[in-house]
Amino acid sequence: MTRHDPLAALADDPAVDLAPLRARLATDADAAGLLDVAYRTLDTPVGALLLAATEHGLVRVAYAVEDHDVVLGTLAEQVSPRVLHAPARLDAVAREVDEYFAGRRSSFDVALDLRLASGFRRRVLDHLADIAYGSTASYAAVASLAGSPAAVRAVGTACARNPLPVVLPCHRVVRADGSLGQYVGGADAKQALLVLEGAA
Amino acid sequence: MTAVPFEQVVAAHGATVWRVCRAVVGPVDADDAWSETFLSALQAYPALRPGSDVRAWLVTIAHRKAIDRHRVAARQPVPLEQLPEPAPVDAGPAGDPALWEAVRSLPDKQRSAVAYRYVADLPYAEIGRILGTSEAAARRSAADGVRNLRARHPQETRP
Repeated sequence: MTRHDPLAALADDPAVDLAPLRARLATDADAAGLLDVAYRTLDTPVGALLLAATEHGLVRVAYAVEDHDVVLGTLAEQVSPRVLHAPARLDAVAREVDEYFAGRRSSFDVALDLRLASGFRRRVLDHLADIAYGSTASYAAVASLAGSPAAVRAVGTACARNPLPVVLPCHRVVRADGSLGQYVGGADAKQALLVLEGAA
Repeated sequence: MTAVPFEQVVAAHGATVWRVCRAVVGPVDADDAWSETFLSALQAYPALRPGSDVRAWLVTIAHRKAIDRHRVAARQPVPLEQLPEPAPVDAGPAGDPALWEAVRSLPDKQRSAVAYRYVADLPYAEIGRILGTSEAAARRSAADGVRNLRARHPQETRP
């Protein structure tokens, strides 16, 4: 048996596997009421989605093109820096999103935390769920639903900044001429969701 | 300044803090010490001043947790024969039980100073602050610790 220099042995190591300890930290943090933001990623046909939840509900869904690290940094700033990878809190959401992409679910039934949207943006989000699965509405129609028929451009902004894409269906809001328009996850993702729903 | 998600703090410093815990409380209790340290750090994290040295902050918390552990252990003396066995010997240098015996036998201040200098790579001024001593005293504790450790666990090769 070879004896190594004790200082080297203390500092150096075959790789420490921290995965079990990190999982335990997430569990302990949740039990102690310190898990302000739990997140996980989920592979879907439109790429990896970031799912993040506070103790009140789902607070953010983000496409890969939004850069998940940037999104997590924004959550740390706007909600709380107590952000941990903690998949357990997202189990129900992940299951419903999986079912949605498998064509077995047309609406979501999970608690939402809409703190990242306020004012008119919040009013727009509140009306997105009025657009049924498999159908679309124009930006102008959503502006009317939200009580400000002239605010067509603001509806576009609200959709572009939707903190909960897929779950709050801003992909169902399209241009008056029938073309798809912009989407936070990219035009291809919007197209894919509408094809999945049989609306395009 | 953009806030840093705590998950990134764990990713960046988790392994180093675990090695510090292992050096200070030993391989058997290292996991528990790590868990207590990071849960406590998570609680305090929103109040951490921007620009702080996060590694030194974590080691400071680990140090306080180790002191708490020693106090509890002192209140509940365990006969030496009943001490838990060290983790089974594995291939790595850190799996050498004699090394941990030598580290454990150091006086607390020497063991802590060695860990914070040679495992956490903190400057002596910071180590002195953590140990509640001067920079010079921290330097002496680390030097004494290294000398004692090498005397008790000489570097050699044997069959």
